[in-house]
Amino acid sequence: MMTLVIAGKELRSLFLSPLAWVILAVVQLILAYLFLSQIDFFLQIQPRLAGLEEAPGITEIIVAPLFGNAAVVLLLVVPMLTMRLVSDERRNRTLSLMFSAPLSMTEIILGKFLGLMAFLLLMLVLIAAMPLALLAGGSPDLGVLASSFLGLLLLVGSFAAIGLYMSTLTSQPAIAAVSTFGVLLLLWILDWAGSGRGGEASTVFGYLSILRHYEPLLKGVFNSTDFVYYLLLMVTFLVLSVRRLDAERLLGR
Amino acid sequence: MLPTLRDRRARAGAPVPGMSEGALVKVEQLSRDYGSLRAVDKISFEMARGEVLGFLGPNGAGKSTTMQMISGNLAPSAGRILIHGLDILDRPRAAKAHLGYLPEQPPLYRELTVDEYLAFCARLNCIPRNRCRDAVETAKARCGLEAVGRRLIGNLSKGFQQRVGIAQAIIHTPAVIILDEPTVGLDPIQIREIRALIHDLSREHSVILSTHILPEVQAICDRVIIINQGELVLNDTIAGLQRRMEGNNLRVAFRQPPGEAELARLPGVVEVESLEPGRFRIHCGGGGDSTDAIVSASVANGWQLCELMPERLSLEQVFIQITQTEAHADPGEAAA
Repeated sequence: MMTLVIAGKELRSLFLSPLAWVILAVVQLILAYLFLSQIDFFLQIQPRLAGLEEAPGITEIIVAPLFGNAAVVLLLVVPMLTMRLVSDERRNRTLSLMFSAPLSMTEIILGKFLGLMAFLLLMLVLIAAMPLALLAGGSPDLGVLASSFLGLLLLVGSFAAIGLYMSTLTSQPAIAAVSTFGVLLLLWILDWAGSGRGGEASTVFGYLSILRHYEPLLKGVFNSTDFVYYLLLMVTFLVLSVRRLDAERLLGR
Repeated sequence: MLPTLRDRRARAGAPVPGMSEGALVKVEQLSRDYGSLRAVDKISFEMARGEVLGFLGPNGAGKSTTMQMISGNLAPSAGRILIHGLDILDRPRAAKAHLGYLPEQPPLYRELTVDEYLAFCARLNCIPRNRCRDAVETAKARCGLEAVGRRLIGNLSKGFQQRVGIAQAIIHTPAVIILDEPTVGLDPIQIREIRALIHDLSREHSVILSTHILPEVQAICDRVIIINQGELVLNDTIAGLQRRMEGNNLRVAFRQPPGEAELARLPGVVEVESLEPGRFRIHCGGGGDSTDAIVSASVANGWQLCELMPERLSLEQVFIQITQTEAHADPGEAAA
């Protein structure tokens, strides 16, 4: 219950700052451009596709690249949204408002996380609206679209949890943003290590890589391993954030 | 204003220090370390319902640390805090429901309006949605914020921001309100208004107030606690403090002054200090006895006593005496 109160306040605060609006606009603009150029590409190759057996459909050619690119754009954008969640409150000394209210740390962290997720969900709906518009003129594969949407949601959820944790570590939003970006990028490129040779190390790194679990979902393959991977990632960083806030109360600073 | 203050004290009755029944806040052997630095050292005190408790101490004495611990913002290194009989570490949620806290820097979201902010605070403190509006209106009325409800907190003056901070602390009508230096950085008129507000609050709530402005304590508190270097050095009622302030010094002046030695021989006189020709400060051991002795000696010896005045210490002097004796004692301890 209290979680929702904090989530609501967080969402409202986001929309009170110009940052949220600017981010929504910029992300939509860039992805719309990508989407349109992808449609253009599809229209160019359509005559050749018509002659092929088992030709890739409109979903493979337009939706998968769109969601793939959206993941990269959001990797850049989410740290900017998460950076202020806790660090700004710490800098303005407003954390004590919640610490002296009858709330648990878990409720505070979950509230902040859900508030941000509500905003990100809105952003994803706006992104998904573009391929849905194809329904007017074609028949995209709605199953693949749904699994891509779920994949992107899980992905940004993990981004948000990591960003939230980074934000609990510092009182400087910029530091939180940079370190979140660093961690996300590292998780993204983790599977590059030893990718040529195979072997055990590459399997481990491959499993840890945040991207490896996203790609199957873009193809419409829903594997519970991927789902659990993202869930574990979120829970881990949310628990770490709760622990960090608790430590703040125990250690003072 | 003054008569009402006296009325209130008379009504509340002078609370006895050490009284344990019905203690609203009970602090036992509270300590807090920052690394190797001990910021608060085994502080114990109790506070009764309806009391206004003044926390005094020089900067860095541990006032804010103590208040942060009582409000649940900081975990104590050792000791216990009971609020309404509830341990703030074991049952934080239940204990915090009885607490309102205004930190040194009011925790305000500058991007929200006063109404939005107070509504959020009300919800945070578990006030149901349908009673939220009433709670906000009541808090605003009590803190004189009716006119600024729709303005952004960031655009308000410091005095109004402080009031919003107090409104936030009282929105759920807690039994205990903790105010950390509520009048710091305000102009004299705002200070008066905030004091009147605190006085008003003390009708229904118990208030713990930290400050280093001494007249403030005299004006609004029932009881005073002085902390120095993390230790509790005084816990007394205002009446007790007044007695301390009376002191046992006399200022006397004679037209035909005797020698200092002659005065020092009088019964009850401990020390004589010559201020200017014919004027002395006499430190007495036994209070009124030496006044009599001085008067009769003056008559008998023809010193022509023309001035006799008991000297009152100001609260400031008491404060400095108490904190400095501690400070003198400390270097020895540190060396040992």
